[in-house]
Amino acid sequence: MKQKSTTKTTYQIPVGPIHPALKEPVHFEFEIDGERIVNANVKLGHVHRAVEWASRKRNPIQILYLAERICGICSFCHPGAFALSVEDAGDIEIPDRAEYLRVIHAELERICSHLLWAGVAAHEIGFDTVLYLTWQVREKALDLTEYLTGNRVTKAIMTIGGVRRDITDDMLPRVREDLEYFKKAFLKLKKAFLDDKTVKMRAQNVGILTKEDAIKLCAVGPTTRASGVKKDVRVDTSYFAYGDLDLDYITPDIITGSVNGDVYDRIIVRLLEVKQAVELIEQCLDIMPKGDIVSEPKLAKLLNQLKKIEGEGIGRMEAPRGEVYHYVKMDGNEAPFTWKVRAPTYSNILPWIPMLKGEQIADIPIVAASTDPCMSCTNRVGIVKDKDSYELTKEELHKLSIEKTRRLKL
Amino acid sequence: MKFSMLPSVFAQLFKKPWTNKFPAKYAPANTTKFLKDVGEGKAKINPPVEVPKNFRGKIQYDKEKCIGCKLCIKVCPCEAIEFKPDEKKIKIYVSRCCFCSQCNDICPANCLSMSDEFLLADADLNSKDLIVE
Repeated sequence: MKQKSTTKTTYQIPVGPIHPALKEPVHFEFEIDGERIVNANVKLGHVHRAVEWASRKRNPIQILYLAERICGICSFCHPGAFALSVEDAGDIEIPDRAEYLRVIHAELERICSHLLWAGVAAHEIGFDTVLYLTWQVREKALDLTEYLTGNRVTKAIMTIGGVRRDITDDMLPRVREDLEYFKKAFLKLKKAFLDDKTVKMRAQNVGILTKEDAIKLCAVGPTTRASGVKKDVRVDTSYFAYGDLDLDYITPDIITGSVNGDVYDRIIVRLLEVKQAVELIEQCLDIMPKGDIVSEPKLAKLLNQLKKIEGEGIGRMEAPRGEVYHYVKMDGNEAPFTWKVRAPTYSNILPWIPMLKGEQIADIPIVAASTDPCMSCTNRVGIVKDKDSYELTKEELHKLSIEKTRRLKL
Repeated sequence: MKFSMLPSVFAQLFKKPWTNKFPAKYAPANTTKFLKDVGEGKAKINPPVEVPKNFRGKIQYDKEKCIGCKLCIKVCPCEAIEFKPDEKKIKIYVSRCCFCSQCNDICPANCLSMSDEFLLADADLNSKDLIVE
């Protein structure tokens, strides 16, 4: 972007790829005027791992585990959205019980993810006691995940046409006990985050994203809901069993009565979503019907069925960070013809620019962290030539395309 | 509320630490020697936190039951399983395994299962402990 013609000159500050706010690499270029940020620019592409390419020689069952490894925190959402897209392409019916079990796992993941984020946010503003308080609760959520799925992070619970492990009746008391603990902990965390002077000082009126900007830049998930936009895939399209459950959009005016779209509002939305997730799990446990948990218990038969699928499918799901979108095209082979992942952070990167403009340098960590960015999810294209990474402009891409056509003609 | 954290602080003072000191209460000066002593029965290991019921640890393989159908190779997401054509049995590289237990689900002869063992760190990827056959 061009500099403004002022008498004072601005200067550039590069932040990243190793960034204080993030545990993952992203590169910022800030144009600074004194302490104020005049302009911000984001560069991505440091952790591209060619996940989609790796899918070309795998069958859908194998890709589930590949999808699980796109992101460590969203290790249910990515296979979930992939399974949804394959089920969409192949018209696979899912048993009712599996739909509810999927909701339980998705919401448990939301609790883990939001608590993790709340802890990191507290750490970013230098409030480390709250970090430990939050992660103490998160530890309990991880223990529950381990109890239900077998492992703490990579759950390996999703399969095409259902889930792999049931929640049996003897597991229910432990689940309910933990849900009670989360409810109590929620009250404690709400007090620690929302009534605290330090958090208010650092989070209120910082990193404002207006409703217009949120709509214009297509922000998703808690980031957009904190700006007052009512957008939530769970309510809008009601995948899984969400259609049977009682839930509504969470916006910050439930507590404060007004929407500012600042970091404080994002904290409110995420904390309230933890409470909502606990309530949703409780509802599921109450109304969950008995029955099968997979549409096709014989895996070899399912593989055969998947091999025959021809067509395209779309899977949309509300991940903890926002809408995750998977597109898959099957052409009657074992491996899919193509698979495309659009992670929520991709849509939440552009809102960083209006959020960061006009803020101080010291606010960069908390504002950047407030969208809960996940770089490994987002990095989908990276171009490396002669050991130097470079970007392709539209013209260059067009030129390359013409060259390829000519090459093929010869 | 200026001192709202005080009740928590006092409670924490008298609580037992949550951390389980595994494998020893104090870091041994020489880890290899410590492990050798444990092997000879001279020193004792502090037991780890118990793993949950459905935990997926190192894979176990019952060679006698295996019928060599190669279905596990078909579903393994990380190509950790190799087929031995002359014996018609399989060989599993645990260093590549991602512990999804998908092979256990598909096995028609039920010859694969997941154990509780999780201490799999090794300097050599192809060491004897990390190959199941």
